[in-house]
Amino acid sequence: MSIAIPRETAPLLLTQRSVPWGLLGLLLIAFVAVPLIGNDYWLNAILIPFLVLSLAGLGLNLLTGYTGQTSVGAAGFMAVGAFATYGFLLRLPELGLPVALLGGGLISALVGYLFGLPSSRIKGFYLMVTTLAAQFFLEWLFVKFPWFYNYGSSGTISAPKLALFGHDLNTPLGRYWLTLVTVLLLTWGAVNLVKSQIGRNWMAIRDMDTAAAVIGIPVKRYKHLAFAVSSFYLGIAGALWAFAYLGTASASSFDINRSFQILFIIIIGGMGSIAGNFVGAAFISLLPILLSHAGQALFGGSVDAGQLQNLQKIIFGVLIILFLIKEPEGLIRLLSNLRDRLRHWPLRF
Amino acid sequence: MRASLKRSLAGAALTLAALAGAVPAVQASADQQFFPLATYRVGAYASSGVQVWAGMIDYLNYINEVEGGINGVKLVWQECETEWTAEKGIECYERFKNGLDGAPVAVYQPNGAPAAYALSERAEVDKIPLITLGYGRTEATDGTVFPYNFPVMLTFYSEASSLINYIAQREGGFDKLKGKKIATVYHDSAYGRETLGPLKLLAEKYGFENIQIPVADPGNEQSAQWRQVRQLNPDWVFLRTWGVSTPVAVKTAARFGFPVDHIVGDIWASSSEDVLPAGASAKGYLALTPYPAGADFEIHKRLKQYILDKGKSDLKDLKNFGSVYYNSGLVNAAVAVEAIRTAQGKFGKRPLNGEEGRWGLEHLNIDDARLKDMGYFGLMQNLKLSCRDHEGGGSARVQQWDGASWTLISDWIPADRALLRPLIDEKSAAFAKEKGLTPRTCTGDE
Repeated sequence: MSIAIPRETAPLLLTQRSVPWGLLGLLLIAFVAVPLIGNDYWLNAILIPFLVLSLAGLGLNLLTGYTGQTSVGAAGFMAVGAFATYGFLLRLPELGLPVALLGGGLISALVGYLFGLPSSRIKGFYLMVTTLAAQFFLEWLFVKFPWFYNYGSSGTISAPKLALFGHDLNTPLGRYWLTLVTVLLLTWGAVNLVKSQIGRNWMAIRDMDTAAAVIGIPVKRYKHLAFAVSSFYLGIAGALWAFAYLGTASASSFDINRSFQILFIIIIGGMGSIAGNFVGAAFISLLPILLSHAGQALFGGSVDAGQLQNLQKIIFGVLIILFLIKEPEGLIRLLSNLRDRLRHWPLRF
Repeated sequence: MRASLKRSLAGAALTLAALAGAVPAVQASADQQFFPLATYRVGAYASSGVQVWAGMIDYLNYINEVEGGINGVKLVWQECETEWTAEKGIECYERFKNGLDGAPVAVYQPNGAPAAYALSERAEVDKIPLITLGYGRTEATDGTVFPYNFPVMLTFYSEASSLINYIAQREGGFDKLKGKKIATVYHDSAYGRETLGPLKLLAEKYGFENIQIPVADPGNEQSAQWRQVRQLNPDWVFLRTWGVSTPVAVKTAARFGFPVDHIVGDIWASSSEDVLPAGASAKGYLALTPYPAGADFEIHKRLKQYILDKGKSDLKDLKNFGSVYYNSGLVNAAVAVEAIRTAQGKFGKRPLNGEEGRWGLEHLNIDDARLKDMGYFGLMQNLKLSCRDHEGGGSARVQQWDGASWTLISDWIPADRALLRPLIDEKSAAFAKEKGLTPRTCTGDE
């Protein structure tokens, strides 16, 4: 009789799949609660800009956070998307809104690819300068050539008709649905992208591109792909910014300050994360509004209006400094630390 | 966290709570007219903006305290910071468009070109008239396509025509314009390019040579442009710049020997902030303006008596009383108040909403008698708007800088609006076609 050898079998489940309650809760709020109780102010001034800026941050994050290519030309690519979508809607209206948006994104991807070609040779700060050149060039382009804005006297573009399958989307709720669905589809795409081989290659390039090249990742190709995909996202974000949020935009809506704003969104939110874009966009775009309301409510009559505004800006700046000192990897890291702590609570770690 | 840090935070929180209770924020009621104030007290244009809001608030205070409101309906206003951006402009508009505590909004001034463009279509949907005095969409002059956009008083097209009429005056007649050279040095942006079209048309009509010289943003260095001007040697230069490009232009022109008293600046290059940095070289500089500088108009005397001397002015630096920007605030506020007054004539002496405000604007008729009553004679031009004509004025005056202050050297110079109207109609028709809108028909009483 032989001794029974215990057999060790590998665990049947390698990863624990749990129901993402938090995400489901947020989706419930976004799809059910907001359309029911949302009013014009919340839709027009709070939620739509928040969603569009998150998408723009997501686009830049794919390039800067995941692939490590610093870019300050985000707003320029947004402008390309906005003007390209305008061109499609104006000159080929029979294609419809979704195709026009996709077309705008694709043209922006092409432009991004072209401006990303220098990344084959240069890195770091020098690459940042070429993206800065892209920003200034594209902003100049859309002012100088009246063809882009249909020879209007004020140089502005506005969506000819936002309609989907016969429904007019030009109401606050319609624009909210358009933005929400687009952002969700693109975020889902981005999540899958970063979890795939492409995402892993991007992260390898970011962490140590020489080692990535040594193990056989075609670094140049993936860098160019990163520029193209990032500009695709930024182009669609730009089109949404111009048509779903502003209504009427011009090249000056996509100036260098917008580029910096998106860069700050991903720095504060967390580079190299998807959820971080949403947190960062909420911080950068919604916190000043909160401060403004709070300031108005608390000090409306007593403090001089100009001083009050400056005070809000000071508070905002101080908060950014505090958060970045506390957690340089961004707010999303702060939140995930908090979540892990809560899991272990009341034990501390 | 450390105990001392905790204590300081607690102290700060307590102070905030104490201050919060001290003075209540703006409160309104349903029997008052709400006047939203989208301001910019922060940012690059703050120094000019602060004077505009002071002008507006001083006039509104005057209306409330001295005249008892508009036919007894008191005005209540609240500020909202826009930083001259579109996003904050939209947020302020959405915050205020439904009124405050029941006090309704009759007219809205976006106070900033980016916000004006972003809000132009929202206002049409929300039925709140936008007053964009001296900026905004020029094609909105055609009220059949833009029922709720009002580029009141002077658009860039009318300004170009006013300039040509002034030059004709100086040269001794329109026939003398033939063969003259008029160069336009313009800021290469949508703002600067607005006058390309009308000047081309006017050059064709009067036979002068129309030279256009762009200046790239921000315009800190203009030697190349003014060297070109020196070579071409025009008779007059129209300066269509703003911000830092204006004083740089004046200084560079003086350096290249072009006579500064033959440079006429546009309305956004017509304030003391634009010429003081240029120093002595700006003496003699001319500028077009629909709200001339000066503190000796009748309204200023009244404001001095009732508001300034009692310390109730919103101006922190009283030297700016009567500056171009302060007066622009006065004029902007006056247009809004008169529109509401006109509308009250039809709808009753009560707070009005946006549609009624639009009626008031389209039936606005400010003649000399009314201007004298208001105290604005000489400061503001006659305005007569209609359903088809949302501009209503189209005149400008010319003032000259003598190194320390502005002196008015002309009366109201009207633009040739009939000549320029086809250009505007073409653009508004293109807009209507793009959007699939049917222009409304003007019957006269809608």
